[in-house]
Amino acid sequence: MTDASVPQNVAPPPAEVPDVDLYHAHSWITKYVFSQDAKVIAIQYAGTAITVGILALVLSWVIRLQLAFPGAIPFIDANVYYQSVTMHGMIMVVYMLTAIFLGGFGNYLIPLMVGARDMVFPYVNMLSYWVYLIATLVLVSSYFFPGGPTGAGWTLYPPQSILTGTPGHEYGIILMLVSLILFIVGFTMGGLNYVVTVLQARTRGMTLMRMPLTVWGIFAAAVMALLAFPGLFVACLMLLLDRTLGTSFFMPSLVELGERKDYVGGSPILFQHLFWFFGHPEVYIVALPAFGIVSDLISVHARKNIFGYKMMVWAIIAIGVLSMVVWGHHMYISGMDPWFGFFFAVTTLAIAVPTALKVYNWVLTLWHADIHFTTPMLFALGFLVTFVNGGITGLYLGNVIVDVPLSATLFVVAHFHMVMGIAPVLVIFGAIYHWYPKITGRMMDERLGKIHFWITFLGAYAIFFPMHYLGVLGMPRRFYEMGETAFVPASAATLNIVITVIALAVGFAQSIFFYNLFKSLKYGAPAGGNPWRAASLEWQTPETPPGHGNWGQQLPVVYRWPYAYSVPGAPEDYLPQNAPPMRGEHSP
Amino acid sequence: MSIAIAMVLVVVGSILFHVLSPWRATPIASNWGFIDDTMGLTFLVTGAGFVAVILFMAYCLYRFRHVPGRRAAYEPENQKLEAWLGIVTTIAVIILLAPGLLVWGQFITVPKEAMVIEAVGVQWSWSFRLPGADNQLGSSDVRYIDTTNSMGLSPADPKGQDDLLIASSELHLPIGKPVKVLLRSIDVLHDFYVPEIRAKMDLVPGVVTYFWFTPTKIGEYEILCAAYCGTGHPQMRGKMVIESEADFETWRTAQQTFEQSRKSDASRDKRASAQ
Repeated sequence: MTDASVPQNVAPPPAEVPDVDLYHAHSWITKYVFSQDAKVIAIQYAGTAITVGILALVLSWVIRLQLAFPGAIPFIDANVYYQSVTMHGMIMVVYMLTAIFLGGFGNYLIPLMVGARDMVFPYVNMLSYWVYLIATLVLVSSYFFPGGPTGAGWTLYPPQSILTGTPGHEYGIILMLVSLILFIVGFTMGGLNYVVTVLQARTRGMTLMRMPLTVWGIFAAAVMALLAFPGLFVACLMLLLDRTLGTSFFMPSLVELGERKDYVGGSPILFQHLFWFFGHPEVYIVALPAFGIVSDLISVHARKNIFGYKMMVWAIIAIGVLSMVVWGHHMYISGMDPWFGFFFAVTTLAIAVPTALKVYNWVLTLWHADIHFTTPMLFALGFLVTFVNGGITGLYLGNVIVDVPLSATLFVVAHFHMVMGIAPVLVIFGAIYHWYPKITGRMMDERLGKIHFWITFLGAYAIFFPMHYLGVLGMPRRFYEMGETAFVPASAATLNIVITVIALAVGFAQSIFFYNLFKSLKYGAPAGGNPWRAASLEWQTPETPPGHGNWGQQLPVVYRWPYAYSVPGAPEDYLPQNAPPMRGEHSP
Repeated sequence: MSIAIAMVLVVVGSILFHVLSPWRATPIASNWGFIDDTMGLTFLVTGAGFVAVILFMAYCLYRFRHVPGRRAAYEPENQKLEAWLGIVTTIAVIILLAPGLLVWGQFITVPKEAMVIEAVGVQWSWSFRLPGADNQLGSSDVRYIDTTNSMGLSPADPKGQDDLLIASSELHLPIGKPVKVLLRSIDVLHDFYVPEIRAKMDLVPGVVTYFWFTPTKIGEYEILCAAYCGTGHPQMRGKMVIESEADFETWRTAQQTFEQSRKSDASRDKRASAQ
């Protein structure tokens, strides 16, 4: 018996229009440096992001050393402390996480996963990376200017950020603002590329509802970033004008250290609205790609389709839309109209519903699965624990009145590190262990990978879980030193020392990952084309690593969704997206 | 397999830490017990969710781990189950949100009889102003600030002449009376933060912000700044003394008015120029 809806023995029409051709590199420079191949650009993006991420890791040690042993380390004074806090935060959020998820994984995976030969605008894609690199260099260069980088906190709130009581007010703040503006210019070029490629360059059969959730997550994040970054762009531009030309966009009349300034009539709260109009979507710009990637890791390594795919897609869209209207929850005690509190508390807690549904679906994917505890799977599971933990503390901080005592304390620091620091970083590691065989053709060492996982997962949880309780106690964040404070018991200092020791150990343990990363390039076991026996399209390339143009002579044609695992009647426990349909198959 | 055990241990460890932790909220000294109650409710609801999700996951990891010959089930979706989970989550969110919004409603509704005082922040110290006999604070503006008028009170405003100026960073308040704290910064963002009060609010240059509370416990409390305000941020401290009505009156009558401070400054200047 044959199903009439599935064409039998009919060759599909060609998937490609013949006059499409890519720029072919002619020299080493155009192939590996000024490359227009999304896969090379991806590695450039990720390499730069990880390098600057290592700087941010070292800065976190400066912060932790100061908190544990205040005053004991000679070179850490208040200026260095606040500069470290600022640079650590800004680098991690923007230059590391945003860049690696969109510029790194986005570039590598979107064309391969949707069956395209490359991004639709390869030249613009190349420019995107080089502008990003310049932005990063401008930021880091602030260490070599008089006064050093800005110590305004990553939120850069005026008036403080451009006045003399803040380190780096001479050059650091200017370089920070210029760097952010450049970053946004670079990102916009890349972001347009990701969005248009997903919409325009999918191969035949790859409907939107057959895209892997990784692509959905990155696509939604790129759309959000294109809408949210302009908020930061104007905020940076206006603050730069306030700082350099003496305009008063955000600066009211004020007296600084006894001296009357010429500013008049600006609004510091306006800056906060613009900053968080970007800043909150930013959380999801990082989270949505992580959500997508983790869905795919769990599905592949549990040999089971992701549970509730349609719900997962709609949840990504719902979270994306809602996250554009929740920014005020960062400002409950900012002095804005208190009536905003009602609105932003409702929208913020509403986001918990689609987010929780995603968590349920990840967990339900494990039900009746066939779970392989590979390194990528362990990192995905570690993500679930830290994300659920960090997600529920968001219910405290989003619920306006509960936020009042907790805001500006270490509870906030613990919350956002758990939910948008540790959780996405665990996904990044999982993703690297997962796709490394496709990128290099070799496997990473599983034993080292597991040691890396256990230290990182348990260590990170031990750093940030107890920190919430210091926040409940009332210990404020952004304090260079606590000093003698009546309500802070001596035991809090002990806990800070414990946290610092763990943080140093977890930080150093990352060298295991880097050793594995480089060692496996040469000594890793050959991976073959599809070592995880995964169904999605990137594992079905004719060559591994995929060549320029990804697909050789002919684009793949897609017949089903990317989650055809353990399909009853199938000869193996996975059906590649481009395998011709089975007799009587009803895959989505 | 070990990950399933690790997850159980993470759950057990987290619960034990929560129960045994010596780091708890400071004893409350204001009327905002409802804030603590809402937070306690949130601990229960979210804690239960965390434990349920992670333990269920640990069970799945143990039960459905790969063994030779196992093949996963094929179940793309189960809309009924997903709908139920959505409804249960929505109800849990409403349980958290509803009391939170009710308490927020109280938080932004200042009682009419509240005593109005002003806290002024500057890099990096606190000062305070209480209304004088007319029970009204005079107007202020940064353009009036000079060496003899550090808070920038309007010299021409008759309402401000009897205002009591407290430059010592020590604020006294009577127990049991609601206080509306007006907050004014003359340079950068600050935040009036006393952990025992629970309430806090930013000071924003260019506008006057406020919050209110009723002190309920006699004692001395430290005032911190909770909005990063430059390198001296941790040193920006003040003291809040909650005392009986009588003690408060004694303290208040000892404070200098704006008029007196101008005169004493003027006479001091005169003496200085005579020498």
